[in-house]
Order: sequence, then structure tokens, then C-alpha cells
Amino acid sequence: MNKISVIIKREYITRVRKKSFIIMTILAPLLFASLVIVIPIMMTTGDKDFKKIAVIDDGSALFVNVIPDLKDADFEYLKGKKVGDLKNSFEKDGYYGILYISSQLITTPNAIQLISKKQPPIGLLDHISNSLEKEIERQKLLSYNIENLDEILKDIRTNVSIQTIKIDETGQTTETSTGISMVLAYIGGFLMYILVFIFGTQVMRGVIEEKTSRVVEVIVSSVRPVQLMMGKIIGIALVGLTQLMIWVVIFGISVTVVKTTVLKEKNSTEITQNIPQDLMTQGQQTINVEQAQELTPQLAEISKIFDNAMNQNWPLIIFAFLFYFISGYLLYASVFAAIGSAVDNETETQQFMMPITIPIILALMVAMGTMQNPESSIAFWFSMIPFTSPIVMMARIPFEVPAWQIALSMGLMVVTFIGFVWMAAKIYRTGILMYGKKTSWKEMWKWLRYSA
Amino acid sequence: MSLFEARNITKQFGSFTALDQVSISVPEKCIYGLLGPNGAGKTTLIRIINQITGPDSGELFLNGKKLTPRDVQTIGYLPEERGLYKKMKVGEQAVYFAQLKGLTKHEAMRRLRYWFKKLDMVDWWGKKVEELSKGMQQKVQFITTILHEPKLLIFDEPFTGFDPVNANTIKNEILFLRERGATIIFSTHNMGSVEELCDNITLINKAKTILEGSVNEIRKKWAGSEYDLVFNGNVKLEPSSHYKILNQQFENEKSTIKLKTETNITTNDIIQSIIKSGSLVSFNPALPSMNEIFIRVVESRN
Repeated sequence: MNKISVIIKREYITRVRKKSFIIMTILAPLLFASLVIVIPIMMTTGDKDFKKIAVIDDGSALFVNVIPDLKDADFEYLKGKKVGDLKNSFEKDGYYGILYISSQLITTPNAIQLISKKQPPIGLLDHISNSLEKEIERQKLLSYNIENLDEILKDIRTNVSIQTIKIDETGQTTETSTGISMVLAYIGGFLMYILVFIFGTQVMRGVIEEKTSRVVEVIVSSVRPVQLMMGKIIGIALVGLTQLMIWVVIFGISVTVVKTTVLKEKNSTEITQNIPQDLMTQGQQTINVEQAQELTPQLAEISKIFDNAMNQNWPLIIFAFLFYFISGYLLYASVFAAIGSAVDNETETQQFMMPITIPIILALMVAMGTMQNPESSIAFWFSMIPFTSPIVMMARIPFEVPAWQIALSMGLMVVTFIGFVWMAAKIYRTGILMYGKKTSWKEMWKWLRYSA
Repeated sequence: MSLFEARNITKQFGSFTALDQVSISVPEKCIYGLLGPNGAGKTTLIRIINQITGPDSGELFLNGKKLTPRDVQTIGYLPEERGLYKKMKVGEQAVYFAQLKGLTKHEAMRRLRYWFKKLDMVDWWGKKVEELSKGMQQKVQFITTILHEPKLLIFDEPFTGFDPVNANTIKNEILFLRERGATIIFSTHNMGSVEELCDNITLINKAKTILEGSVNEIRKKWAGSEYDLVFNGNVKLEPSSHYKILNQQFENEKSTIKLKTETNITTNDIIQSIIKSGSLVSFNPALPSMNEIFIRVVESRN
């Protein structure tokens, strides 16, 4: 036991002292933060190029100025021009493209063309067709000669934004956000994937390093091979946990800082009460205005996201993450250790990597699908199978999973990783002292049954 | 009494037999050579002695008691393929290995200081292993092997990779360790070092022991019917029915002659037949080198 701790200590200290560890620990949250900030900015601003589009028709003047200008696109109606007049010169005249609308459009949906040098963005096309559909709808309605049509239309125009409110056995309600759950599911599943894979392969590299440098022979003359393997696996697990803890602390600090300085505290229950009454008639915008007595609309929105995020079951999420990280890591790390012991160098690992990566990738794909439907049977089964459960279960938990399912999944996980650690130890024991032999799965199966 | 004994060790890997009923008995304070061609099973035997792998059958005794896992602390092992962590610093690494052998950090440091000074390695302490030359790395490993002052030392090819100066240093250290009471088993292909260092040997070929005993006795036994004689002055032996002349030469006023006697001819017969040829300076049975014996034994078995 004493010797195992010497090994754990070495594995831990040599890794934590590495520059790459320090850089990763600091850089990863920065990268993550920049993603969180940069992606929404990119999505809202989109294409920065300003487009001027010439709109012409066949002289019917049915669709004059019906397409509203966008932030990044203007629509200019050129009366009496023909496509042929502009076709060769529109770019020189500063136009992005020519939109030709035929009067037939009311009856023929494809009697419209956008001529441009480049492939136009989807957003632009959507905007054009939406505006025209609305206009045609309006014109058709007009043809029925209904009185006060404009007022009626204004009145029936509504926006719907669903507020999801969860109710538990005691009747207490909390406002939740499926969006937040999705983000958490995504982060949880993905982070699990990355961590298990990174630290699992670190175990494999360590084993190969010891084998190729022949250090292993010296060590196993002092300690049992199983002790060396477990020492390495545990040492690297502690490195992983250290990194996670640092990230959690960084995350926690930045959340509190943001919440106390930028957002201050705002009574969120007030908002929740406003919603049901206002929802039907006034829609989202009115509410925002009311909330904004103290905060600007965007900040209010962010503040709400924060409140929603806080309503998640954090203790469960953190506990489950730690549990699945440790058990999933142990499961994969032991397989990685066995593979590392069986090969002579890293290039030889490839034939063994495939069968390992497949369940991980599969789990990741199922996890992404899980967000659409966390209760589906595929999500259920993949969150039970130990090779995929760490990733899939982390994606399901933000959507609430019955306790028995979590317990069953964790139980299966424990049983499986114990079994795998045991098998890996047997393969490892033989493998680390085998050189120059091309190892196959069959060979490893044979080693499993050797006596010490 | 022997310090270490292995009785009837058999080890199989699948259908391949690596060791077949091999026994060795190593007296205390003896330097014991483990010889054999490549793939004979030496390394497997050494690994079994180090309890890296277990035998399928057979028993191991240290000091007359069955070998237990705890005995690794009284054994020091220098494997044939030297291995150190390349990115780790020399000093830290030496301390690490010592700790794995059961020394406390403090004690390890104390002894390392002594050895680093003795072998002129003090400057290497803070360097990474990859910055050292191969020979330097081997020296580091040699120290980590002997640091916990084991009673039984096992060296697998200890001299490969050393320049003559360092090989000599290591040889002297091995002799010094024996003086201080250590018993040494070493495997080698270098027959010169066997004649120089080993008291006893075992020759293993194809998983079986084919020759064992003290080096001197083995050489005498294999001396057979060849003799080396030296005469003063230029002497030419006449051909005779008692012997065949293998080699004659005259150098530095001395004639050196190698004879092979015919069967049933005793040493006395030979001496009588040559004594009148000139003034005889020396007459010795020609001791074959371990190298010759090795080759002859192994080839006769193949």
C-alpha cells in the first residue's frame, strides 16, 4: 500500500508540474468563455457585408417596397427597369443582386428570381420569401373586401414564447428553461467525453512509455504489476480531478463576480408572476420593458438565464459528473492500460483504438440526440450501458432522470469497471514484459487466462 | 550453505517451454554466472528469481527459506534493457526507485549522496535523464540497483554499453560489493568476464541446464588431452606415436608447443617421450577458454 502511494505521488507530481498541464488548466476556461461570448455575437451579427439589392418587376407595381430593409441589406425598387438593363452592370452599380418579381407570383410561387454573383445567404432568402408571403396573403385577404382589415390584421398578429414551469409533488413551481438544460446537457456530455478520452489516453501513453523505455522491468521487480497499473491510473485520475476542481472554482468565482457586479440581485419571482397575465395579450416585448425598470433588456435576459440555471439540480449534476468521470475514466483507463501494455509503440495502438473509440463516439451522438428527447428508449439504454452511460447520462440529467435509473446505471458502472480493472490487470501483467510480438485481441484473450 | 536456490523450475508460455526443470544453487558471497545462448531462458529465470513472473512448478529459496514477495527488498536487479524515465531528473528518479525498494526518502538521499560522490556523478543530480549519455544512464541505473544494499544482486548483462574505463569501474564495484558480503548472479555473453569474475556458472540451453559447477573445475574437466609446453631455445619435437603436434613456434628464445595426446597415453608417457628434446620450462594441461567450452557444449547439444 505504501508503495502504491509512492507511485501515485510520482504519476501525479510529474504531470501536474508539466507546462502543458498548467497551460491547459488556465487556457481551457478562457477558451470556453470566449466561445460562450463569441458564438452569440457571431450569430447575431452574422454576415457583415452590406448588401444592396435591386428590386424590379414586370411593370405591374404590385410589390413596391414590400420587403423591409435589413440591418445588412437594403431593397431598392427600380421602377421601369428590366433584368436585361441591369444584368451586366449591377455589380458595378453597387448592387449585390437583382430581385425580379413577376406579377404572376400571386398564383405561381416560383415566379421570382434573385440574380447574384455569389450564393446568397439563407437568412436573406428567408427574409425575402417571408415578406412576400405576408404581402401576398394581405393582398389576397384584401380581395375579400373585409372591413377594417388592417386593424384586424394588427390585432391578430401575435408572438408566442413558451415559459416552461416545472411543478413538483409539493406543488412548488420553478421556472425552468429547456435551453439551459440543453446547454448543460451539451457541456456535461461533451466535457465527459473529452476528459475520459484525454486522461484515458494519458494512461496508455504512460504505460507505453514505461514499456518502451524498459523502466517497467525495474519497477515490477519492486512492486507487483497491478500496483504499478493502479498507481498510474489513480495518479492520473487525481490529475484529472485537480484540473476539474480548478475549473469549478474558476467557474464559481466568475459566476459570482458576474452576478454581483454586472447583474446585481433582482427579485425574479416578480417577473414570474407577471408572465401569465401578460403573456396572451402583450407578448414578450412588453414584459421586457416592465422588467427593465432596473436593468436594460439584455441584462434582464441574462439575469433570467442565471436564475434559470440556478434552478437546476446542481448538487446532483456535480455528484453525477464526479461519479461518472471517475467510474468512466476507470473503465476506459483500464482498457487503455491493457492496450498500452500489449503494444511496443504508439503507432501499434491504432488497431485497438477503433473498438474503443466507437462506443465513445456513439455515446456522443446519442447524447446529442438525447437533447431532443431525453426520455427516448435509445437514450435510456445508452445511459444504462456502462461504456456509453457516463456521456449519455450526463446529457440526460439536466432534463430530470428518475432516481432508480441513475442508481441502476451507477450500479452497472461500478460492477463493470471492477470487472474491467481486474481483466486489464491480468492482460497488463503479461503484456508489459512481452516485446517484439505483434499482439492481437486473440493473444490478449490468452494472456487473460495465464496464471501469474 | 547456499544463499539462493532454485529447484526444478519449469515455466511455459502457452505451448513454448521457456524453462524445463532448471535448478541452480548459489553459495553465499559467490559470483554466479548464468550463461547460455540467446533465447535459452536466462531472462525468464532471472524474472522468476525477481518474482516478476511466477514459475509453473518448482521452488525458490533465499537463505534456506521460501522466497516471499517481501524478499524483493533484499534483491537488487539490473535488467538487460536499462530503463529510466527520460523526462525525470536523475536525483528524483534515483530517490523514487529507492522508495519503491522500501527505503525512506531521507535514507535514500543519504546513500545516494555517497554513491554519486564515489562514482563522480554529483553534477548529474539535477539533470534530466535524456541529457545523459547512455553509459552515464547505465551508471545511474547501477546505483539504483545496489542502493538498498541487497544481499542478492542480479545483473543481466552488466557490461554492455560501457566504455572500458567505466566497465572496469563497474567490475571493481561488483568485486567490492562481494567483499562487503553480497552474492551476485549475473548473466552474460561475455566469456572473458566470466573467467575473470565468476566462481560458479550454470549454462542453460533450450530451457535446460547443460553444464554447471565452478569455473575452474569445468575448465579442468574440459581440458581433455591437450597440453601446452615451453622449452628454452629452439626445440623441434619429432613426431611420435604418443601425440600429435598441433602448433610449434619459436619466439624470444623460447619454443611454445601445443600437443594433443593419443588415447590411452598418460601424462607420464608424454613427459618421458619429450623430456630429452631440450630444457623444459613448463608443462601444462591446456585450459580451454570458457568461450570454447560454451561453443562446444552448445553445439554438441544442438
